Amino acid sequence: MNRYPLWTYLLVLGALLMSVLYTMPNFFGEVPAVQVSPLKVTAKVDAAVMDKVEQTLKANGIALDGIFTDPNSIKVRFRDTDTQLKAKDILDQALNPDRDSPSFILALNLISDSPRWLSALNALPMYLGLDLRGGIHFLLQVDLNSAIIKRLDGHIATVRNGLREKKLPYSGIGREGQTLVIKFRDAETRDKAQREIERIAPDFALKTAEAANEFRIIAALTAQAQSETQKSAIEQNITTLRNRVNELGVAEPIIQQQGADRIVVQLPGVQDTARAKDLLGRTASLEVRMVEAHAGDSSARDYEPAKIEAAIKGNIPFGTELFYERRGSGVEPLLLSKQVIITGERLTKAAPTFDQRDQRPVVAIELDGQGARIMRDATRDAIKRRMAVLLVEKGKPEVITAPVIQDQLGGSFQITGSRTPREASDLALLLRAGALAAPMDIIEERTVGPSLGAENIRIGFQSTWIGFSAVAIFMVVYYLLFGLISIVALAINVLFLIALLSMLQATLTLPGMAGIALTVGMAIDANVLINERIREELRNGNTPQAAIYAGYDRAWSTIIDSNATTLIAAVMLFLLGSGPVKGFAVVLCLGIGTSIFSAVVVSRAIVNLYYGRRRKLENISIGQIWKPGAELKEKA
Amino acid sequence: MEFFRIRRDIPFMRHALVFNVISVVTFLIAVGSLATKGLNFGVDFTGGTVMEVSYARAPDVNIIRDSMMKLGFSDAAVQTFGTSRDVLIRLPVKQGFTSAQLSDQVMNELRKDDDTVQMRRVEFVGPQVGSELVENGMLALLFVSLGIVAYLALRFEWKFGVAAIIANLHDVVIILGFFSIFQWDFSLTVLAAVLAILGYSVNESVVVFDRIRENFRKMRRASVTTVIDNAITRTMSRTIITHGCTQLMVTSMLIFGGEALHYFALALTIGICFGIYSSVLVASPIVMWLRVSREDLVKPEKKAENIGAPI
Repeated sequence: MNRYPLWTYLLVLGALLMSVLYTMPNFFGEVPAVQVSPLKVTAKVDAAVMDKVEQTLKANGIALDGIFTDPNSIKVRFRDTDTQLKAKDILDQALNPDRDSPSFILALNLISDSPRWLSALNALPMYLGLDLRGGIHFLLQVDLNSAIIKRLDGHIATVRNGLREKKLPYSGIGREGQTLVIKFRDAETRDKAQREIERIAPDFALKTAEAANEFRIIAALTAQAQSETQKSAIEQNITTLRNRVNELGVAEPIIQQQGADRIVVQLPGVQDTARAKDLLGRTASLEVRMVEAHAGDSSARDYEPAKIEAAIKGNIPFGTELFYERRGSGVEPLLLSKQVIITGERLTKAAPTFDQRDQRPVVAIELDGQGARIMRDATRDAIKRRMAVLLVEKGKPEVITAPVIQDQLGGSFQITGSRTPREASDLALLLRAGALAAPMDIIEERTVGPSLGAENIRIGFQSTWIGFSAVAIFMVVYYLLFGLISIVALAINVLFLIALLSMLQATLTLPGMAGIALTVGMAIDANVLINERIREELRNGNTPQAAIYAGYDRAWSTIIDSNATTLIAAVMLFLLGSGPVKGFAVVLCLGIGTSIFSAVVVSRAIVNLYYGRRRKLENISIGQIWKPGAELKEKA
Repeated sequence: MEFFRIRRDIPFMRHALVFNVISVVTFLIAVGSLATKGLNFGVDFTGGTVMEVSYARAPDVNIIRDSMMKLGFSDAAVQTFGTSRDVLIRLPVKQGFTSAQLSDQVMNELRKDDDTVQMRRVEFVGPQVGSELVENGMLALLFVSLGIVAYLALRFEWKFGVAAIIANLHDVVIILGFFSIFQWDFSLTVLAAVLAILGYSVNESVVVFDRIRENFRKMRRASVTTVIDNAITRTMSRTIITHGCTQLMVTSMLIFGGEALHYFALALTIGICFGIYSSVLVASPIVMWLRVSREDLVKPEKKAENIGAPI
């Protein structure tokens, strides 16, 4: 009666082999590598590049352990991290001769040492969370309202030009909250203007209003335009972040949208956490404005020290703002126009370089077609005026430099003001990586140093291992052979669990490892249930075969019920948890499934294999079956 | 080897009232502590910054505290953490600082005093994320409870569902009470442990209920009390062995798990120990008080109908 059909044994065997296969990559450890990926669209990682890499390394006497290509990158393996670092520098020089516009990005990476045939099968080691690998995790909140305001502001110019072309005079145009208000002197002009605006700016929903001799149009973005703006704001920010992260040279970064207005950034294995945080945390964009008045250079136009003095005292003329430019040892006050000529979106290139004449670090800027046109228009009549370049960070603009315009400027010019080459390089990076469509705030950060990561793995592994041994010893001593079978089933359970985690590439965190330990502790429950039931049946006088059968049979529904409730808890934790807790929930969910399978099917298969055939089974090794009746009888 | 040489059914239900009184008393103590002292919420829930740094030699905590004051953090919490060379610094939320600046500033300041300092871990949680995590935690608790009641109502009968949830929420409150009395750090991982315990404890109740249902079927004439007593007695061996095994794993985590898993393992330990008590000796009396009867679980057999009798 305790027989399984052949297919069941084959199923168990098959599952076992698959699990061993998919667990193997975890044991191979990791090897330091350098990863070469293309930065420009024109650069490709092909055989020529691979050759160059090999030649360069050979020429410099650096031994490599292996080199292979992915569709998007070349990975070169080395024996240790020292060789890896040296190789990175040498390859960087060889592959990127033009320091101002690198073609390739080189990243330090740790890749799995498992043989290629395993990777070909998609058998990869488990994906370790940040608390086991070290690295940075950020959660950024995007200010979507700003994106809408920015779009509205962008439309002001369009509306203004449109009305001017159609010769429709307006008495005022400005932004109030999240709407544009355009004022007219009479209803007729306003109605004509309304039709015109509807034609040139279909994103708007227009309303009219009247107030004390003023005829107004109130324009707000349609709901569709709003959600579109928000969506593209987040997309653009993600792209910007990705560019910045690429430049940091991080391998396998994760940048994803989370929820309606958040972005999560994960940088595993990052060593220089301070710099990474700095570059990601800065939300900088570029602005160019005209200087209305200054007191610095008397040969330039708008030299009006009196106005500046009045402004410092608080008398700031309409349409201007007071700023202070960082200049060598002090600061210089400037009155800048409120109107922004160029924003960072018009930038196509920003590269650090050195000024031809005096070798100072500068940032060379190139604008796109429309940007160039705007710049030409703005500077045509502005020779000898000063133009200010501002860096806007989190709403706080700062004047980087305000040079005198010597010539009509077009699409390329230089920004001075960086004190060191590194500053120029960082500034170029910020500008080059793109303007942010909307400002972002860091609302959550978790950074784990690399040493802690390795230690956490050690802790997790050790506590699971020791606990498992303790439980194993107890089970074997208490339940003898059935105890041994239970432990084997438990070990197989852990194997299934690790294989599943590796296959699904689920993230393993430190609580996740605790989850593995907990799963072991809970999985033992099913086995204990079965064994105790078998003992009871034997106590009641059943034959061993019947006892085994009854034990598994009766215990089945109890096992299902008890695991189901833990499953409910695990699923809720998964849905509502975040970060490391999510890792715990995943392990718990998967663990319950593997526990049920291994406790019932696998252990029964083993028992059936061993005991099933024996017709006349007298004793089974399940430890002492203590019968209360026997003792009483003897005493009598 | 047989640990549980029990000759007769132990008459648990006779002492049902005593058990319930003990439960209520411990429950009230826990609630009292929670209401007055409250929980020592970790940075996950309150928002703020936590930094774990390690030195080559055991540092003087007071010097570190002074450095924090110099930076303007008069309410920084500084303490050693695990070994004497590891220090945990907790900084509350401060307006206008991003964590990037904060931790770098702190590191620079600490480096001035002792340059062997190394940053091991930084966690910064903005206040809105913190309050979201609290909300999600509560929701999780609520949904898990509802889910369990629903499931048990389906499998057994609603009275069992209610009894199980009351008993096991009692568990949860006791764990929270411990954390409140000793002011242990209550973080997100501890909450995860509590929810896992909730799911796990219900196991015990389920096993007993299952046995009760089987007994109702088998022991046709026995009274409800006898049935319950028998069920508890018979399942006791399994309950204690399982809990013992799970506790072995958790103890190994307590000893070898280091600081990171310490409170997590503590919560699990309390949950497992009290779990035995609550699931067996609290759930069953409640089931009894709710006047569960045979008919609730065992559908009465259909009387043989007179089928097909012509009218």
